Amino acid sequence: MNLADLEPGESGVVQKLLLTGSQRRRLLNIGLLRNTKVQCLGRSPAGDPSAYLIRGAVIALRAKDCQEIILS
Amino acid sequence: MGLTKGSVAGGALDAGLVIKKRRSQDRVVALAGNPNVGKSTIFNALTGLHQHTGNWPGKTVANAQGYYSNGQNSYVLVDIPGAYTLLASSAEEEVAREFICSGQADVVVVVCNAASLERNLNLVLQTLEITRRVVVCVNLLDEAQARGLKLDLPALERLLGVPVVGTVASQPQTLAALKQAIDRQADVAQYVDQPAEHSVCDLDLCTVISGQTSEELREELMSLFMQRAEEVAAQVVTGPADHYRRSLDWKIDRLLTSRLWGYALMLLLLAVVFWLTLVGANYPSALLSEGFFWLGERLNDGLSSLHAPLWLQELLVNGVWRTLGWVVSVMLPPMAIFFPLFTLLEDVGYLPRVAYNLDRPFQACHACGKQALTMCMGFGCNAAGVIGCRIIDSPRERLLAILTNNFVPCNGRFPTLIALISMFFVWQTGMASSWLAALLLVLVILLGIGLTFLLTNLLSRTILQGEASSFALELPAYRRPRLLSVIVRSVFDRTLFVLGRAVVVAVPCGLLIWLLANLHWGDSSLLMQLASWLEPLGRLFGLDGVILLAFILGLPANEIVMPIMVMCYLQTGSLTEMADLTELRQLFVANGWTWQTAVCTLLFMLLHWPCSTTLLTIKQETGSWRWTALAFALPTVCGLVLCFVAARLLSLF
Repeated sequence: MNLADLEPGESGVVQKLLLTGSQRRRLLNIGLLRNTKVQCLGRSPAGDPSAYLIRGAVIALRAKDCQEIILS
Repeated sequence: MGLTKGSVAGGALDAGLVIKKRRSQDRVVALAGNPNVGKSTIFNALTGLHQHTGNWPGKTVANAQGYYSNGQNSYVLVDIPGAYTLLASSAEEEVAREFICSGQADVVVVVCNAASLERNLNLVLQTLEITRRVVVCVNLLDEAQARGLKLDLPALERLLGVPVVGTVASQPQTLAALKQAIDRQADVAQYVDQPAEHSVCDLDLCTVISGQTSEELREELMSLFMQRAEEVAAQVVTGPADHYRRSLDWKIDRLLTSRLWGYALMLLLLAVVFWLTLVGANYPSALLSEGFFWLGERLNDGLSSLHAPLWLQELLVNGVWRTLGWVVSVMLPPMAIFFPLFTLLEDVGYLPRVAYNLDRPFQACHACGKQALTMCMGFGCNAAGVIGCRIIDSPRERLLAILTNNFVPCNGRFPTLIALISMFFVWQTGMASSWLAALLLVLVILLGIGLTFLLTNLLSRTILQGEASSFALELPAYRRPRLLSVIVRSVFDRTLFVLGRAVVVAVPCGLLIWLLANLHWGDSSLLMQLASWLEPLGRLFGLDGVILLAFILGLPANEIVMPIMVMCYLQTGSLTEMADLTELRQLFVANGWTWQTAVCTLLFMLLHWPCSTTLLTIKQETGSWRWTALAFALPTVCGLVLCFVAARLLSLF
């Protein structure tokens, strides 16, 4: 499953990032690495992006990018 | 908002930091930290409120220096750009790493957010790998407490081996311990080689990391540091497992970003801000106008008693002074209300939620959600909005945001929009009509926002094709606004700055317009000749020659468009006292205005070329005259087309 599959309230652990280049770096910067626990908090009014709790900070990510983040 | 002296006037300074010491014995203290940890608040609290303002990401790093002294030591405090890590390769992070590596800092203070200590410790551990002259400042303890988190700071100090202090930056008394810790670290004459037990990777980060470092090595190092940060945080932080979803922040966010209320509340907030601006500005505007008029009379008397020639009196009082008076009295009150309100929303942390709510429509236009933020900045000043586009990482999406920024009206255009709406569409005074005026204004702005989406979409399907890049937007915790700082920042840095610019433009323009109005060619003034020459063109778009001329002469600043119109209509080449909008309305009607003219003028006020400052800023930011020309053409063509259609349609009524 990937991060986009998480419903609000659910949590998962990152297994790997399929993204490359600057998009990958941006996520690594905010602490989204292998074995990081992520909780889905909610969705924006239009359903996308969604808000995730990552290492204590709330980060909004688009579904398109979340599909590239594989959970274990 | 990025609308400060530094961001608009100064050029981009993305190069390294240059330290300006006041005295040779000044110690250098670097202030590092993740974005959104309250670094600026700490900086201001240590150095005094005025030295550093505005905390938009992407702001210039120039001037981010301040001074303070504590007992016998005096310090230069250097605010280095916010960075999540020293291992990455973004411009900000390079500046941060290079500065820490350069060894110029006697002490590096790493500011952490207590509520997300784990991620912040990453930067702390990387900094400690480079220097041991570090003070760790765990800020926002109150926010962590509100989430039910407990932090064992003495344990953190033991684990890290450097001083750790806890602070609540909005309470200056908690900063005393930070100052003492900085004193202690600055006085340590020389550090012994760092104890091996603290090292995470046994590598010299300053030599290992460069532009050529492989992504694999960066990532490996990042994991290593993050892992250690996790271990440390696990020993320091205790709290309930699901703490965030139980916090007040999350409850507020659930409301402000809910499917049902998210957009409605955004609109309501916009309407309330405009209503307060409209209602609040009326009275002080009238008062200022009377004051300026009265002073103008005295100036006239003074000049007469000095036996100054009549043309000089006319020129100075009727030309320069009254234009100045008009610009100040029409512009100052709305700005002095709008800017603080807006800064308040910014300070509380609402703006990132706007970007969150509006990302989906921007995504549909293949653009970046952060464009919502730069659009908001445009409400203050389009030039500032264009500079603010630096927060958008992808060059294609940044261009989209720059090219469409002018579609939202800036503060130089609000007063005219407000005056036109009040004159032609709201007759009665009182509560109901002020709401009607605010709603009409919201409609005009919604048209601007709608066109922003339309044009963004159009551009990204034609000349700026591409897929939307990834997007990671932090939604920082809501913060109690610091009222004093909001007022200082909005009034001094924004209101007076924008007003100053308008005045600088208004004075020579007043002079020029007076000359055009008083120099005659044949039987009428140059001004009227120009206007009558433009008349057929103006008519085509539902305007008239005078209106079009006013817009053209108003290129330096939109604020002076209305005064030029008034001057032309009066033909005497000078302004009379125009505090009363009904009087002004009579003047316009006597010169052939109908409500249809007002609609077309409103449309053209919303949609015409950017002011010269904005154009120059676009040139500077895009480095290309071609993009600048496009930024000029887009709103102008839109405005002309809309005015043309509106004039044809409305003439049926």
